[in-house]
Amino acid sequence: MPDSAPPSATRSAPRNAPRRAPQSAPRSAHRRGPAVVVWVIAALALALLVLPLFAILLSAPWARMPVLLVAPETLQALGLSVLTAVISTVLCLVLGIPLAVVLARSVAWPVVPRRLLRAAVTIPLVLPPVVGGLALLLLLGRNGILGRLLAVAGITIPFTTGAVVIAQTFVAMPFLVFAVEGALRGADRRVELAAASLGASPIQVFRTVTIPLVAPGVAAGAVLCFARALGEFGATITFAGSYPGVTRTLPIASYLASQNDLSQSIALALVLLVVSVAVLLGLRDRWLPGVRG
Amino acid sequence: MSGTAASAPAALIADITARRGAFEATAAFHVVAGRPLALVGPNGAGKTTVLNVLAGHLAIERGSILLDGRDVAGLAPEARRIGVVFQDFLVFPHLTVADNVAYGIRMRGARRAAARAAALPWLERFDLADFGDRYPHELSGGQAQRVALSRALAAEPDALLLDEPMASLDVEVRDEVRADLARHLREFSGPTVIVTHSAADVAALASEVVVLEAGAVTQRGTWAQLREAPATPYVTRLVQTRENSRRENSRRENERTQARVVNPQPHQGE
Repeated sequence: MPDSAPPSATRSAPRNAPRRAPQSAPRSAHRRGPAVVVWVIAALALALLVLPLFAILLSAPWARMPVLLVAPETLQALGLSVLTAVISTVLCLVLGIPLAVVLARSVAWPVVPRRLLRAAVTIPLVLPPVVGGLALLLLLGRNGILGRLLAVAGITIPFTTGAVVIAQTFVAMPFLVFAVEGALRGADRRVELAAASLGASPIQVFRTVTIPLVAPGVAAGAVLCFARALGEFGATITFAGSYPGVTRTLPIASYLASQNDLSQSIALALVLLVVSVAVLLGLRDRWLPGVRG
Repeated sequence: MSGTAASAPAALIADITARRGAFEATAAFHVVAGRPLALVGPNGAGKTTVLNVLAGHLAIERGSILLDGRDVAGLAPEARRIGVVFQDFLVFPHLTVADNVAYGIRMRGARRAAARAAALPWLERFDLADFGDRYPHELSGGQAQRVALSRALAAEPDALLLDEPMASLDVEVRDEVRADLARHLREFSGPTVIVTHSAADVAALASEVVVLEAGAVTQRGTWAQLREAPATPYVTRLVQTRENSRRENSRRENERTQARVVNPQPHQGE
């Protein structure tokens, strides 16, 4: 952290200066924006984010791309990835919207349960995905706490496509919940009272007022959720393994290919990159976290 | 609109104790259709708390709310048939003006098209027919108030509550909007309660006044009775602000009249 003089100087100058005094020099210095150091560091950060993507584009085996992209393994992994990510996103919507409603309402709760709930929702964001996958395995695996009961009923989850969906839902859920919760808190909840006074039952209020008001947040959450699910690797490979056509999603296929055929790996990575860029374009500015328009 | 016999006007009889945290407000009043009641008082007197209890947005602590003979105090807001016009109108931002007005009709089971058709006369009555397809953010304050009022009335409520109906309007348009509102309220056939701290609202909109101060009723009567014998310093001040603004208005009116008399053709020589 650079505790350099320029930023603190820009901060303190207007505070010390009398408001009506025409001190043009410090005011215009303030208006010039961040100091050069900040620009340089910001440029470095941006380079770290963007340059690797250019590396992929530059190294891509463009001549072999058509062949690589229609290879059966590629199409199989792509189909599986899209299918599981779509199902996971739907699951996140079904489970996550009510959880977001509860989370938004929890501001009225006592401190301890409120913080516990928020921490629980945040777990998948901070937990290494591999640990998440392992945890799912220990819960739902053949010898797991719940898995044993499921096995009695003849249900096996680990190393199935269902396991892929569960792993993706696990890691993607917070994106949906936090996006919807933010929208719920931003909306003026008193319009729900207006709706009730017009004869709307609580369910009608939720359907005709609450949901439409938070729709942009829901859409943003769903898109982020889909992107996260599509890229899921660690939890999936731990909990679901890598069976071609069953659990070998695009990221796993790309990683495996990088072990022996780098160009195949890059082709698969490009597919993921294109989907991610499409997601980013779909989000647009107003839906991105931190930007409210 | 109400189910009672035509001989007895619809009535709202409230005997309410409301609680908000440590604050408690008690008010008892009787409102009949055609004689709107103004609930006035300084900020923090408990006016809006009482209104929220009437609307069902806040649970009643003790007492009863009789609307045409049925006690609605224990009912959910949606079952009370009490329309509310909120201070900042709370028009649905995601619906067009027409769909806002049609909302209450839809909630009673009408299909979207049928509800829109039923909302049309309301839009026309409130000069909103040209704005049916607009969204609330495109409206002026006065238009938003008309949407809120027509939306409440289109749901055919048995009683109507208005919370500080002028407070979020620009000062310049208040007189005109208030006159409009008074006209629409006269056409409503149920009991009406108006919460306000403005003497102008009381004089223009209400037939009866209940003064609430620090959670308790300190005076009740007509505006004329309050003017004759204000019971508390607050009522004295309220009456004075009204008298002052009336004097100011008539002085300005006189000046304008005199100006016309002195110079009957003001454009001559310009």
